[in-house]
Amino acid sequence: MFKQGSIQSHLSIRDKLLAMDFVLLSCIIFLGLISFFAMYSTDGGEFAYHTKSHIVRFFVFFFLFFVVSFFKASFWYSTSIPIYIGILILLILVKYFGLTSSGSQRWLDLYFLNLQPSELMKIGLILFLANYYHRISAGDVNRITFLFKPLVALIIPFILVVTQPDLGTAFLIGVGGFIVIWLAGVKMKYFTYFGLILISLTPIAISFLKPYQKSRILTFLDPSRDPLGAGYQITQSKIAIGSGGFFGKGFLNGSQSYLDYLPEKHTDFIFTLFSEEFGFFGSSIVLTLYVVITMRIVSIGNMVRDTFSKLYCYSFATAFFIYVAVNMCMVLGLIPIVGAPLPILSYGGSSMMAMMLGLGIAMSCKIHKDQSIN
Amino acid sequence: MISSTGESKSKLIGRRMFVISAAKAVVVLGILGRLVSLQINESKKYKTLSDKNRFREWKFSPPRGTINDYYGKQIASNKQVYQLHVIPENSENIETLLFRLKNILNLTEKKVFKIRRKIKSQKPWDPVVISDNLTWSEFSRINLFLHELQGAEPIVSVARLYTEPSSAHVIGYVSKASKKDLQNKAYLKDKITTSTRVGKTGLESKLDIQVLGDVGYKRYEVNAYGKRIKEISINPGKAGQNFKTTLDQEVQELASNLLKDKSGSVCVMDIYKGDIVAMVSSPVFDPNQFVHGINSKNWNKLIKHRDKPLINKAIAGLYPPGSTIKSLAVISALENDVFNPKTVIRCSGSIELYGEKFHCWKKKGHGFMDMREGLKQSCDVYFYEVARKLGIDRLSVTAKKFGLGDRVLDGFIEERTGVVPNTSWKKKFIGKNWYLGETLHAGIGQGYWQSSPMQLCLMTAQIANGGYKIKPRIILNDDENKKFSDLNKFIEDRKLFSDDVVSLYDFISKFKYKSLFRNPENIKFVIDALYGATNEPGGTSYGSRLTKKGFIFAGKTGTSQVKRFTAKQRELEIKNEDLPYEDRDHALFVAFAPFKDPRYAISVVIEHGGSGSKTAAPIAKKVIKKVLERHPLRESQANGEIT
Repeated sequence: MFKQGSIQSHLSIRDKLLAMDFVLLSCIIFLGLISFFAMYSTDGGEFAYHTKSHIVRFFVFFFLFFVVSFFKASFWYSTSIPIYIGILILLILVKYFGLTSSGSQRWLDLYFLNLQPSELMKIGLILFLANYYHRISAGDVNRITFLFKPLVALIIPFILVVTQPDLGTAFLIGVGGFIVIWLAGVKMKYFTYFGLILISLTPIAISFLKPYQKSRILTFLDPSRDPLGAGYQITQSKIAIGSGGFFGKGFLNGSQSYLDYLPEKHTDFIFTLFSEEFGFFGSSIVLTLYVVITMRIVSIGNMVRDTFSKLYCYSFATAFFIYVAVNMCMVLGLIPIVGAPLPILSYGGSSMMAMMLGLGIAMSCKIHKDQSIN
Repeated sequence: MISSTGESKSKLIGRRMFVISAAKAVVVLGILGRLVSLQINESKKYKTLSDKNRFREWKFSPPRGTINDYYGKQIASNKQVYQLHVIPENSENIETLLFRLKNILNLTEKKVFKIRRKIKSQKPWDPVVISDNLTWSEFSRINLFLHELQGAEPIVSVARLYTEPSSAHVIGYVSKASKKDLQNKAYLKDKITTSTRVGKTGLESKLDIQVLGDVGYKRYEVNAYGKRIKEISINPGKAGQNFKTTLDQEVQELASNLLKDKSGSVCVMDIYKGDIVAMVSSPVFDPNQFVHGINSKNWNKLIKHRDKPLINKAIAGLYPPGSTIKSLAVISALENDVFNPKTVIRCSGSIELYGEKFHCWKKKGHGFMDMREGLKQSCDVYFYEVARKLGIDRLSVTAKKFGLGDRVLDGFIEERTGVVPNTSWKKKFIGKNWYLGETLHAGIGQGYWQSSPMQLCLMTAQIANGGYKIKPRIILNDDENKKFSDLNKFIEDRKLFSDDVVSLYDFISKFKYKSLFRNPENIKFVIDALYGATNEPGGTSYGSRLTKKGFIFAGKTGTSQVKRFTAKQRELEIKNEDLPYEDRDHALFVAFAPFKDPRYAISVVIEHGGSGSKTAAPIAKKVIKKVLERHPLRESQANGEIT
């Protein structure tokens, strides 16, 4: 074991470019291209607002991805706590200055962008917890006192987001956090205890749910309950995907989305639109791309040696996969509609920003895998 | 700073990551499986659902086929109507729209209520008919305000128009399909739209399937809110078939005018082809009022009318045939060899049988009569004797042979078959044995007999053509016309070789007619006697004869009792006109013309009209004149000279 960091402490831009994971990079670019076509289709085959804005955002945040990946992993290690706290402050600001849309206060108006801090918190929390478990020793992981801090770090943003209200994002933030805690080696029994506490708290939680959230859960359990309301979206989404068949209806020919049968087709239901137009063939390509991205990040996790990078890569890969899986399962009618965007494909600046940030840090771990974190 | 604790941490993390990766693989397989199930296995189902979402069809009815008379004159045609439909889902606020329409069209509160109920009962994209027959001024007012009436659609459509009230009964009428129609008429299943009218009676009902045509549709692509995005396809449907009938509208009108203020019917039939030249019932009604829904006031007026204007009395009116049955009684008696036509009987005004008195219509009696005189003067006493010898069962067999007691036309739902009484009929339907006295009444066409004027017309036609069975028709079709193409040549031949067996054989083989007799002389005997009845002094219809060459006809009167005269009434010599209307006799007259080379048979029935010779025969005379005058025109039309 030798300290490579001192040998290769200064990589040139060219070295960094060459050290990138090109499979991961090309998958991201490919997904980006697919998203342009999908967005063009949601605009009804016109180069209109959503398409333009999406393309611009993609390139801006793709550039961010490069910038982020060129920073040393150790930089991200040392800035994890400030980043987490910064996002937490933004979340608190949302409570007071946030924009309200369709009954939920999620956005901060930054003039050039309506920032949704909860999306960034997905990455922020993973960074914070990876940092935390990097610092404590293996023996301390399962001591009650050392469990307290991560739980608080998880619960505060969770509650802030749930009360926006945004159940979907809060859920995804929480899951991301638990993945880090699980990977860090916290014993199964603690999860069991926590689970039991959650279940006993369920009745109280339900009383806090908004009527539409209750309805979504009930409708998922029995879609025929409300075929024209909450069940409508699931039904129409299934019709769209199913009617795509093997090769799809063809680009710009997705009648379900074109004729407005699909709800939120450029955000949460973008996969439905794509599936309708490109069929099983297209959707399995997209699914494969996501699986490859996940696998590449896991393999970066396998390469790196320090706990922070490993924990971060594994956790981010898993969280990323869960975002994809939750979105797909949702549009396929396998789980209730929770309002989770599909990474990269869905329209939405904050989500794009968070994903590019997350991918960038993973890429940074790859580029700087031989540099140690101090 | 990678320490040994870091090393063990890494191992633990790796192990747990392995567990997670396994879980991920399961999830990926789950998603993939779902995609396979939706997009490959059940793709067909979802494609159908997607198309159901995407396309919506609006059906519309093509115009009904027209029904024309023999010369192509339209009896039932179509006119342009202005309609207003509302498609509820296209309007932003249906209540304000209804409020606006109510003011513009002066709709009643009740009508608006009905419309609201209709809107609730159907799909939001199905049009609701607000009015199916707007006046021009209403229509233009709607168009003026159209920009404020989102969801309202003014439509120019076609609706049934009846121009000839004299043919109201034979043509029938259309109106909206009732629940019963939808249940009973299977063909309506694919033919019904909001504007479809269904044939209810007469030819409209008989020809409904063909006249309706095939429904057309417009197929639109619609978005999730039901807004029409574009027209995908349009199928104009198939217009209904037009029909030509055997009716002569001019004869119809004349007959209808002659029956004005009377209750009754006139039927005219070609004795060879069976063509119905006229079928008129009186009083008439206006069938147009049914097309857009008759109001309850007019409806009540029609159904409460004493003379039942909605009934087609030519085929649905049943009367005892009275003396018109005597021709058949003669044929039956001669055919069965039970009566010698030379037999002379003295009529003293009545006979007695088992203590019951049977009266002749002539109170003082006819004196000595043979069979020809008996038929000519319609002596009841003579026919009591004929009937007594013949018996009811043999008479009923002959009557059925000549078309009584059975349907004359195909497909007229309102047609009634009537009654040809005999011993087994009485046993079955009344449950009692037949009395000889009833045979005597039956011999003069009273008692249980019930026949329609059309049946009597057919009977007369089949006597006049020499005793051959014909199949009456009212719809012309080209195949049958070919069959009759050399009919005239045949009639010429028949004149030359009137008794020639070859000629008769020809007649049968060429026209596939079935003879109804055993001996043609028996038919000739009746024809000759009927000539006497109209054209010889003492004959019952002598007063109504035509004398012009080629117009001479032969006929038989009939008077059918509604109520039997009591002995007291007979004594008081109460006249028919003095009785209350409902108790007065029906007047009947059947005839064929011209006497030499006959071509047409006619029957006239006037309900409660008194005696046949006084009321029915004069009408028949005028109709016969008209029919014969128009015969050359009809012939040339048949031979294709007029197109």
